[in-house]
Amino acid sequence: MTGWTLHHGLAAALPLENIDTDQIIPARFMSAPREEGYGRFLLHDLRRDGDALRPDFTLNHPQAQGASLLVARRNFGGGSSREAAVYALHDAGFRVVIAPSFGDIFAANAVNNGLLPARITEDQADRLLAACPAVMTVDLQAQMLTTGSDSIPFALDPVWRQKLINGWDDIDLTASHAAAITAFTKTRQARAPWVWPND
Amino acid sequence: MKTLFDKLWEDHLILTRADGASLLWVDRHYVHEGSHHGFRTLAARGMEVAEPGLTVGVADHYVPTRGPVATPDIARMVQTLADNTAAHGIRLFGLGHAGQGIVHVMGPEQGLTLPGMLVVCGDSHTATHGALGAYGFGIGATEVAHVLATQTTWQRKPARMRITFTGQAGPGVGAKDMALAWIARLGADGARGHAVEYAGPAVRALSVAGRLTLCNLSIEGGARTGLVAPDQTTFDWLRGRTFAPADFDAACADWASLASDPDAAFDREVTLDMAEVAPIVTWGTSPEDALPITATIPDPSRVTDPAQASRIAAALDYMGLTAGRPLDSVAVDQVFIGSCTNARIEDLRAAAAVLAGRQAKVPGMVSPGSALVKAQAEAEGLDRIFTAAGLDWVGSGCSMCVGMNGDVVAPQSRCASSTNRNFRGRQGPGARTHLMSPAMVAAAAVTGHLTDVRPLLEGRI
Repeated sequence: MTGWTLHHGLAAALPLENIDTDQIIPARFMSAPREEGYGRFLLHDLRRDGDALRPDFTLNHPQAQGASLLVARRNFGGGSSREAAVYALHDAGFRVVIAPSFGDIFAANAVNNGLLPARITEDQADRLLAACPAVMTVDLQAQMLTTGSDSIPFALDPVWRQKLINGWDDIDLTASHAAAITAFTKTRQARAPWVWPND
Repeated sequence: MKTLFDKLWEDHLILTRADGASLLWVDRHYVHEGSHHGFRTLAARGMEVAEPGLTVGVADHYVPTRGPVATPDIARMVQTLADNTAAHGIRLFGLGHAGQGIVHVMGPEQGLTLPGMLVVCGDSHTATHGALGAYGFGIGATEVAHVLATQTTWQRKPARMRITFTGQAGPGVGAKDMALAWIARLGADGARGHAVEYAGPAVRALSVAGRLTLCNLSIEGGARTGLVAPDQTTFDWLRGRTFAPADFDAACADWASLASDPDAAFDREVTLDMAEVAPIVTWGTSPEDALPITATIPDPSRVTDPAQASRIAAALDYMGLTAGRPLDSVAVDQVFIGSCTNARIEDLRAAAAVLAGRQAKVPGMVSPGSALVKAQAEAEGLDRIFTAAGLDWVGSGCSMCVGMNGDVVAPQSRCASSTNRNFRGRQGPGARTHLMSPAMVAAAAVTGHLTDVRPLLEGRI
């Protein structure tokens, strides 16, 4: 994963609450190999009426094409733990999702793929949604997003901020704690031997 | 003074970094067909599974519930799990195994989940395992790879929340109604960032099956995990299970300390009075869209917040419902009893109590939560009650809750369902899902519309 500090791009509006991960990527697409790209599955059923793209759906508007930031309403990414929801956003070119709240598992998955889940207030979301489509800049170091003359601070777990900036990989980080893990394993075996099932 | 969650957290804490990230030990890692991304990452890095003995494979998301596997694609998913678990020496409850079932049903049932454990799975309903006093939570594919490689997970400690249910449940009211009641009150993100402990006399009175249902739905209110302190009910239920500890009494003595101290402080407390909890159904496209069956369908024109009004209007449009009509006038096209939420033997008994001697007016299927639940139900004759009523009795798996195995609800069809998510398209593209308890699903089957189960239970319970 590559770290980043600044992102500059087009923001598109998705002015809906409770966009769950089943809507971000319907389950029937999840057996596809990642190599083929998941971008085409993003919000697949929501943006279509039968097989045709719905012209009234914001992400189908010509002005929203090429967007890399998405502004939504509360509880974006609730529901299923499927990381494929993040793959769909990432492979469709998104690097930032901005909303008043996120599903916890979705947000963790997003950070693990370099996608920023930026939390703002409901009022700020109203303002940004009204401004979309618009070019926005996200500064991870300053935790600030800017569009035109409007600058809005966003909330983000400090651990996740460092992870996004440094592009940290958890498996690599954990390797440096191997001795502590080995010691803990022995303690756990003594404390709760039933954790290791018999054959 | 510590909460139950504090104790579970401390028991698994390996270290905390200066920035606040904590490395936790994982006691039990369940993998399923959807875990293939995690195995692929491991393979790409040339790594082995750190603790194959603590990892358990289960085929549930894609398995057929009747006949052969639906498509070659689905067959490949089931086979990939078998290949990955065999390659790493991981115990597998695969297709056709006598202990196969939905991971959140079969894990506790086998005694593979025990009080005091930290349990993870690449599935958001992993909080189910909290019903036994374990700390269970769902993780994504990157974290699955991390747990496979290290048997640990990096987490930030969630805030502590307690939901207390006072009073006692009335007839026809159960754990599903308790869960939907709090989610309707607090919202689908109401417990975001929190570890929820369920407490109070109505929780103590629940069977283990009821507690599993209650904890299962924690994620639908946004909670990171859901917990019930283990007690004699828990211990009695676990005794004799296949993977229960050899020295069971010693383990029980240890588990008895797994409770919140009397004066332990919670970051947030919520209380619900069971006198106010009636049989509940959902009307919209989020589990928070839940109301007592005696209510009417919400009217967006009476809602002042414009975002909320437009969301209700959109939900009613998707669901094909008219504002202001009584919920119990809504006709259904089919029913489904199954899923990690409500497919245990107690759930099937509750549905059978309603269906016995009655005919279903609409088609439907009953999918037991595991092969063992299926065998038990057949020994009790429940399968014959379902089939005599006109419902299909099928095999075990996630099935029509998530539609991955080909069991789907047709577009614009309305399904009364004992599952956990009424999301748009969850049960199939265009499917309209109403969530409710298994007894309420049975009632809908009998009348052909959403129905208050209570009159149908008179003289039966």
